[in-house]
Amino acid sequence: MSDICLCTEALSVGYNGSTLIHSVGLTLRRGQIMTLIGPNGAGKSTILKTVIRQLAPTGGAVYLDGRNMADLSEREIARRLSVLMTGQIRPELMTCFDVVATGRYPYTGRLGILTPEDRRKTVQCLELVHASGLADQDFSRVSDGQRQRVLLARALCQEPEVLVLDEPTSFLDIRHKLELLAILKEMVHARRLAVVMSLHELDLAQKVSDWVVCVHGDVIERQGPPEEIFTSNYMMELYGEARGSYNAQFGSLELEAVHGKPEIFVIGGGGAGIPVYRRLQREGIPFAAGVLTENDVDFPVAEALAAEVVSVRAFQTVGEEAFQRAAAVMEHCGKVLCPATEFGLVNEKNRLLRDLAQSCGKLDEI
Amino acid sequence: MKNLWFRNGLCFAVLSALVAGLLVWNINAGSVDFTPGEVLSILLSPPDSGIIWSIRMPRVLAAAILGGALSVSGFLLQTFFANPIAGPFVLGISSGAKLVVSLVMVVLLSRGIVISSLSLIAGAFAGSMLSMGFILLLSRQVKRMSLLVVSGVMIGYICSAVTDFVVTFADDSNIVNLHNWSLGSFSGTSWDNVGQMAWVIGIALALAFLLSKPIGAYQLGEVYAQNMGVNIRRFRVELILLSSVLSACVTAFAGPISFVGVAAPHLMKGLFRTAKPIIMIPACFLGGAAFCLFCDLIARTAFAPRDMSISSVTSVFGAPVVLYLMASRKGGRGETS
Repeated sequence: MSDICLCTEALSVGYNGSTLIHSVGLTLRRGQIMTLIGPNGAGKSTILKTVIRQLAPTGGAVYLDGRNMADLSEREIARRLSVLMTGQIRPELMTCFDVVATGRYPYTGRLGILTPEDRRKTVQCLELVHASGLADQDFSRVSDGQRQRVLLARALCQEPEVLVLDEPTSFLDIRHKLELLAILKEMVHARRLAVVMSLHELDLAQKVSDWVVCVHGDVIERQGPPEEIFTSNYMMELYGEARGSYNAQFGSLELEAVHGKPEIFVIGGGGAGIPVYRRLQREGIPFAAGVLTENDVDFPVAEALAAEVVSVRAFQTVGEEAFQRAAAVMEHCGKVLCPATEFGLVNEKNRLLRDLAQSCGKLDEI
Repeated sequence: MKNLWFRNGLCFAVLSALVAGLLVWNINAGSVDFTPGEVLSILLSPPDSGIIWSIRMPRVLAAAILGGALSVSGFLLQTFFANPIAGPFVLGISSGAKLVVSLVMVVLLSRGIVISSLSLIAGAFAGSMLSMGFILLLSRQVKRMSLLVVSGVMIGYICSAVTDFVVTFADDSNIVNLHNWSLGSFSGTSWDNVGQMAWVIGIALALAFLLSKPIGAYQLGEVYAQNMGVNIRRFRVELILLSSVLSACVTAFAGPISFVGVAAPHLMKGLFRTAKPIIMIPACFLGGAAFCLFCDLIARTAFAPRDMSISSVTSVFGAPVVLYLMASRKGGRGETS
């Protein structure tokens, strides 16, 4: 049996017959998380809505288990594919148990009466998402994080092979974002589920995805494993001329540097510099950073935010030459801050810089 | 689990007892008083042409059947629009039915053609679908539930205005009939009528009950319902047709009756503390029946021997429920996507 459970062939998607994105070719395998990223309005949701048949394709087809979805009955699809979409639902007088139990729909009889087996599975799915305590609570009164977990339980209760999620982490705080994705990851491994979802959070997408699809303009601009997609250059390209920069190693975003003649010199290193860089950036003060080895954790942030960085190559000792360069920059700055407290063989010269600043009366408390 | 079954069973028992009690009370009360014992003996004896058999029984049964139909129609519309204050009267569907029925009456009566109940139902159904069409078009533009209701009320006014216009061209002798009917009343119902309405409404209710599974799924919104395996296109058509048939049948026999479709389902949801269609469809029927029996009792006896229009009584009890719902629920449709 093939590992591929969902694929699209020359799929065009759009509204009212006009195509928004063409030649969508996606292949989703069992046990894989595929994530769609791209700027707002790029059409990530449009693709997902077409996959779940909320929109008719304007061309091409979607195949589920090797069969064209257009030829499958509603029930056949429901037993293989379930969804968690963005629209908020506020059903009247339904407990969380009731909501999760609706996942049994494709398995129940004419009147939809739950068998003990259906109830057992519903309880089990609530346990899987750590929401057993919510079973009897009114669904319209639980928090956003709980709601998403209950809806995830509902989707799992349908016992699908493919799970489609449209921005499942929107409106959640960071703890609930991580929790939801952790549960998802567990499910993918435990049940060999295939997941296709859209995400806004690049850092999370980078960490959770096995395959990343970049939607840009009217095509799938690029797709591949996260390590190929999440490069600083490509991210800047995908999201246009953003004011700021993307750090590929950490998957983090930095705001734009404050340009101009440096007013303050920051002696950083070992992570001590980052909070100071960020504060100066916030306050709009151009600053210089030094002396950093290029493998220091402070370095990428300094590079993104500082007007000028004095650095030496990775694993090199800060030598006399670098010291002189730093001293020259420092001379033009009115103030010096020294968040660095640890000095060793490699950055001994930074201590000298600090002493130099102190002797000129430029060293300031942080 | 056991508790829930017990609770629901108890609620149904109480409701059924209430309907039965109101039926008896309605038969008793009136300008000629009977004791329950007398009523029972008359009912047990073979049908005769007395007040009880020929006048009160059909009227009382009509009130129960039509009230139940209105209430279920309201419940279906509330599910369809994801809006707790939707109902056949509030959305102008009853008024649309009224308009077409008046047209049919005036045209046919002026040519001396006797109108069959079936053609009245057909006319009412056509009118319901007309209003429904407008509301469906509007609901694409108007997402806020209160605005949708305002639109429905406006459609109701337009239909009423046209109805009045039509009535001015009717023969004098017909105007009285038409006027009484257009205010809404259960009086003058014959046994034949009861039989006809029982058939039409019985079939529509059975079909609605068989749809309770997809209706339940639809309460989570269209996207999820489709994902659960509901054929949305077909289901929407079925729901619209059923709710229109139910309310059209009521309008054809008793004229437009206000607010039952909103008030009764709301009270039932409160009583059963659920919105599950498999419980709500029978519950709404019983609740609507009880509500209309109660209101008709007041309509007949409050200023006896004069009959009040049933709509003025149902408005007194129903409109506050609508106001309460409007005030207590903020936001709009259940789903925003």
